[in-house]
Amino acid sequence: MKFTIQVNSSPFASHGGLSAVRFIETALLMNHQIDRVFFYKEGIYHAFKYVTPPDDELQLTKKWSELAERHRLDLVVCISAAQRRGLLSSDEAKRRGKLDDDVASGFRIGGLGQLVEGMLSSDRFIEFA
Amino acid sequence: MRKILFVMSHAPHHGTDLQETLDIVLTAAAFDQRVSLLFLDDGVLQLHQGQSPEKFKLKDTAAIFRALEIYDVRDYFIEVESLQERGLKPGNLILPVREVYRRNINELISHHDVILSG
Repeated sequence: MKFTIQVNSSPFASHGGLSAVRFIETALLMNHQIDRVFFYKEGIYHAFKYVTPPDDELQLTKKWSELAERHRLDLVVCISAAQRRGLLSSDEAKRRGKLDDDVASGFRIGGLGQLVEGMLSSDRFIEFA
Repeated sequence: MRKILFVMSHAPHHGTDLQETLDIVLTAAAFDQRVSLLFLDDGVLQLHQGQSPEKFKLKDTAAIFRALEIYDVRDYFIEVESLQERGLKPGNLILPVREVYRRNINELISHHDVILSG
């Protein structure tokens, strides 16, 4: 079965992100396909490259990057939600003369069209809040 | 074409939540999907007329709701009990809605292919 996943909550405000990671790991283990993971609303906070929680706490952004690399996951961060919250894409960083962008490895910037496209091309769509 | 139902259950003007949900509604409609909206719990307040969010520097979401017609979004369902519990009547709302009783909500949801929260 093909899944499209949406993550709407920040890594620290709810368990939504962690539940999404666990769901995806289990689904892949059971030979299901993850078509796309779309980060929207507060969910875009998962994609900040330089976020550094205390060593003994959950490193969710790192976890996503590893997961993306291992399983070639398509992690899409909504551009409008990202801009609203100050996450700089590489284009935007260049335009504003910043030294670096904010997007962690494995994530890419995209639009809501990719969310709807994912919704239409998969068998199941699941939202994590 | 898929039948997409947005379940609107949160009060309006709480951060950018509603605005961002309406952006998905617009995108789904622009992709020619059949989009319906169901209002329940505090979500019924999203359609309450006479709000002035601009006074609080917030976006006028009522204007976005009214613009949805251009995208052929016309199916608005409202839970009767949620409306009554908040002392409202369909006449207090900015759009014409179809009333659905709480006991029929599950059936309404089951007639759609994709469900989103908003």
